[in-house]
Amino acid sequence: MSAMGAGGAADPVGAAAVDAGVAVAWLRAFAAHVAARRDELTELDAAIGDADHGVNMDRGLQAVLGKLPDGAATGASGSTAAEGGRIAAAALGPLFRTVGMTLVSTVGGAAGPLYGTFFLELGRATGERTELNTAEWAAAVTAAVAGVQARGKAEPGDKTMVDALLPAASALRDAAASGASLAEAAEAAASAAERGMRATTPLVACKGRASYLGERSAGHQDPGATSSWMLLETAAAAIAGGHAADVSGGGGSEAAGGTGAE
Amino acid sequence: MKKLINRPEDVVREELAGIALVHAGRLVVHTDPHWIARADAPVQGKVGIVSGGGSGHEPLHGGFVGRGMLDAACPGEVFTSPTPDQMLAATQAVDGGAGVLHIVKNYTGDVMNFEMAADLARDEGLVVEQVVIDDDVAVKDSLYTAGRRGVGATVLAEKICGAAAEQGRPLAEVAGLCRAVNERSRSMGVALTSCTVPMNGKPTFELGDDEMEVGVGIHGEPGRERRPLTSAHEIVEVLAGAVVDDLPFVSGDRVLAFVNGMGGTPLMELYVVYGELHRFLDQRGVAIARNLVGSYATSLDMAGCSITLLKLDDELTRLWDAPVDTPGLRWGA
Repeated sequence: MSAMGAGGAADPVGAAAVDAGVAVAWLRAFAAHVAARRDELTELDAAIGDADHGVNMDRGLQAVLGKLPDGAATGASGSTAAEGGRIAAAALGPLFRTVGMTLVSTVGGAAGPLYGTFFLELGRATGERTELNTAEWAAAVTAAVAGVQARGKAEPGDKTMVDALLPAASALRDAAASGASLAEAAEAAASAAERGMRATTPLVACKGRASYLGERSAGHQDPGATSSWMLLETAAAAIAGGHAADVSGGGGSEAAGGTGAE
Repeated sequence: MKKLINRPEDVVREELAGIALVHAGRLVVHTDPHWIARADAPVQGKVGIVSGGGSGHEPLHGGFVGRGMLDAACPGEVFTSPTPDQMLAATQAVDGGAGVLHIVKNYTGDVMNFEMAADLARDEGLVVEQVVIDDDVAVKDSLYTAGRRGVGATVLAEKICGAAAEQGRPLAEVAGLCRAVNERSRSMGVALTSCTVPMNGKPTFELGDDEMEVGVGIHGEPGRERRPLTSAHEIVEVLAGAVVDDLPFVSGDRVLAFVNGMGGTPLMELYVVYGELHRFLDQRGVAIARNLVGSYATSLDMAGCSITLLKLDDELTRLWDAPVDTPGLRWGA
């Protein structure tokens, strides 16, 4: 993908900056992706957790859709151009904070505070800004991932969300440093998250309910790392400007935990 | 699945509506978000005590709200942690100016949600302490796991801390007692059948008619091993043996012996287990100074029980004996 474009979210070669319009498209795509693969996430969790990750994330993201600027809970990208312009001019911090608080109060389990913290920290990092370039986006995502790591006290290799999120943040920073476009950086982050997600399969879980299984947790892909890959994959799709919900491909059909638990 | 419910997704809401009707005047049940408080909260000058966790463990925690025990409880969805907005609302409401203690069972979700709630409460100037209960010896406590699970000792900690708070003791002291109860308690459970979560509609795990899960958790988590079902005598040898060896409890100790039903086991069988436990401890010179027998920290419809021992001293014994007036535990009141 080349970096010639510089337009808004609708530009076919990708957004030049993350603004609220891109963010809303991202959140809709993430909600749609989780809803479509809800049962798959729950099955991954059933293998080594407590079989509620898909159901809990879907409930929370449907609540998020209800809080997005045009209020549509359909997940469709059907807002008018006028609405799109109004949304795009909005500050990012309050939007991400609303998403974070909604997830914290509706998801439950461990995923609620972890994804809630991701968006609360993203909101803290973006504040009153209305658009972020590649380096700024990389810095904001890095801060959000650090928040998740602090909340869950997980280290790389513990078989958790962190195993997908940390490589993604690192890839974003590397891409920004090498002068890549925003779309290229977001794509690199999604690829890194996918590799990280797949690499959780042989790991023995050290956090969450899956940790009680010890060696028996190996051989299952972690459900939290899987939903985190979906988060980065849909971000890349929204930044690329396409219809972000079309992100079949990665994912996993065998299992894993670290998110569940009361 | 055979359950006395309407729709699975309505169980918690409808349960809370029932609790509000049954205990009107004693408890106040709040909706949006869900939390249960004693009717006279906040009690000025008293440390507030808040606990909570997934639903399906009744009477834990809502049934222990009342004078001499909890000021508030936050029920989550079935076997799913409650959320920080519930805990924050409850904490604000029961703060009588002496600070608030959160008693948290050691599950990843519960711990994270309560930590977020404490952060939010402190942002608003409230003084909050948290104690995590982790008494289940069935699972390994190491750097490589989420640590031991919180089970039966939670009931004992809520009772003893509630009594201390009622006496007007300061937050640091009430929290210290909570840690002491946790450090001096050990538990282990056994399942004879699985539980069935209403939303899932089928048993959480498969267990043959002639099998039992030794070391099961209160959400149907796997334990130490699956074994052929045996007699109450032999089951107590296994459970109490693991509990006694872990602390360890030794000759000359005085204990509170708690035989807890998992929800689907008749009291008749719990008395049989208690008799076996009494014999087991007597042989080792451990004296049962206080006891509690019944279904207090349940796992929906699971058949089975857990054994919790708490090593008593004079102070813990006095606090256990102090009056309590809740739907689930009531004496001296």
